[in-house]
Amino acid sequence: MLAYAIRRVGLSLLILVVVMTAMYGMVFLVPGDPASLALGPRATPELKEVLRERMGLDQPILAQIGIFFGNVLQGDLGTDVWSKRPVLDQILEVFPRTLLLGVVALGWALALGVLLGCAAVVWRDTVVDRMLGVLSVSVISVPSFVIAIYALILFAVWLNWLPAIGAGEAGDFASQARALILPAFALGLGWVGYLARLIRASMLEVMEAPHIRTARAFGMREGDIVFRHALRVAIVPTLSVLAVGFGGILSSAVFVESVFSRPGIGTLITAAVEKRNYPVVMGTVLFMTAFYLMIVTTADLLIARLDPRVRDVLRS
Amino acid sequence: MTAVLEVQNLSVAYRMQGGALQAVRDVSLSVARGEVLGIMGESGCGKSTLAAAMINLLPAGARVGQGAVRLNGTDILRLPPAAQRALRGKSVAMVFQDPMTAFNPVLTIGRQLADFVGAHDTGLAQPERLAAMLTRVGIPDARSCLGRYPHELSGGMRQRVAIAAALLMQPDVLIADEPTTALDVTMEAQIIHLFRDLRTSFDGAIVIVTHHLGVIAELCDRVAVMYAGQVVEEGAVDAIFHDPQHPYTRALLACDPAVVDPSSGRLPTIGGRLPDLSAPPRGCAFEPRCRVAAVSCREPVPRQRPSAGRSVLCHRGAE
Repeated sequence: MLAYAIRRVGLSLLILVVVMTAMYGMVFLVPGDPASLALGPRATPELKEVLRERMGLDQPILAQIGIFFGNVLQGDLGTDVWSKRPVLDQILEVFPRTLLLGVVALGWALALGVLLGCAAVVWRDTVVDRMLGVLSVSVISVPSFVIAIYALILFAVWLNWLPAIGAGEAGDFASQARALILPAFALGLGWVGYLARLIRASMLEVMEAPHIRTARAFGMREGDIVFRHALRVAIVPTLSVLAVGFGGILSSAVFVESVFSRPGIGTLITAAVEKRNYPVVMGTVLFMTAFYLMIVTTADLLIARLDPRVRDVLRS
Repeated sequence: MTAVLEVQNLSVAYRMQGGALQAVRDVSLSVARGEVLGIMGESGCGKSTLAAAMINLLPAGARVGQGAVRLNGTDILRLPPAAQRALRGKSVAMVFQDPMTAFNPVLTIGRQLADFVGAHDTGLAQPERLAAMLTRVGIPDARSCLGRYPHELSGGMRQRVAIAAALLMQPDVLIADEPTTALDVTMEAQIIHLFRDLRTSFDGAIVIVTHHLGVIAELCDRVAVMYAGQVVEEGAVDAIFHDPQHPYTRALLACDPAVVDPSSGRLPTIGGRLPDLSAPPRGCAFEPRCRVAAVSCREPVPRQRPSAGRSVLCHRGAE
């Protein structure tokens, strides 16, 4: 298990280095001079030269990459061109909000999706199953920002039940929770349908297994079989999808945060791209990549824990 | 002896494109308390379908056409699903062929046994009781076995656990569908030995489905020989083995792998193949492969009863 964990983490680090190099390369492939973009059209050549030197742009490209890696290893993701604040500070300031949004969205989607997926299996090939199928596919096919806009119009503007923008008053838990409902709803809704379909498909396969026939032959209730025996087997492939999906959730969060003007990674990166604030863009993407890799690795390790067969293969 | 399980004129068919495959055709059998009935036949003769029908847990696509399965006099096929479920595991328990896949791979043995028992009586699902039953079927260190996962046990051990699970509720009938087929020879001998012990300690009826002549000879009191969905011959094991009357039974007994034909150096076989069961023949199903077949064999076959407890489905059985 330990050897497996070390191997998985090592692989993640390798991926991260490749991503960082590619990112650095991409910034230099894009036409235009970061210094003149940062200083604007009225900057003098001398000023640009000073900035280039400060950003390390006068060095050979390999040396620049080396410096970049060195800085990142020391926890320095660069400095905001406009505010002169460290990029990492800005990220850490807003990241918990995005994380909270993602976790809440995926959490309620998972709870409801598993329930509906199981319901579709218990009542398979009935009206319930077919209705759930149609509903699931419908919510999967609508992008989260469209749901966000309509949810905002309906619940915030017309019904005036929930706040339309922001993340709630600082320090006021109830206000923050109310501000979280609509974004989390919009972000998670598609996943409810997706997870329900996924659990249903995975579950139907498991329900054909001989061990389910054994459970039936011993007179277990169909509901107990589905929830106590089949779900444990069916959830394993769903977990790895969930981890990859969490990355997707975080990128959809960019749109949802924009719609609800909610501070977070999404709003940070959109603003940075608009202002050509490259250090912030690069730092944020790098941070999110690292976070994403961490989630996927954790999921792999979790699967190894949940499935005793995988666990034993790894042990030997 | 009164029958605890009685199958009466049972027919089961699988739905297929353009018709139905008649896997079990008009089978009548009964087994009494304390008795061991063997159901013998080659692959595809319908014996596993018959076993599944005995607890009305047929595979998808299979349907009972007619007939009854009476457990203590009640036709379980006519019971509402909840009442059927209440009988499964409690009054009639099943041991399946492949112990590798018969258990849930991600739950411990103890948890699964507890769930099986708990479906009927949660009070009985205590570890001590489960462990005691595992010890009874010959599992060493039963307490630690409860905490293990199925893949951590050998095939033979798993089959012991499956038998223990079936015995936990002290059912009236124990049905074992090819209980030794998936095991290697040593394990098979051990499981046969376990069943032989059960004959004395278990007071319910046992039904063993197998294609293995040795299992029948070792364990059973009576045997029903199936061919093409029908019981072609039935009787006491000694009588069938020493005086087989149906040509199919004779051919099957001659196929003992221990006997190699000295002239050809080959294992004995029965020439030809099973008839197409989507359109079963009007007459004897074995007629095309039979060495003693006559023209009259293409007519519907009467069931002959040469002696008490003996039946033969053959025009020429007595010859």
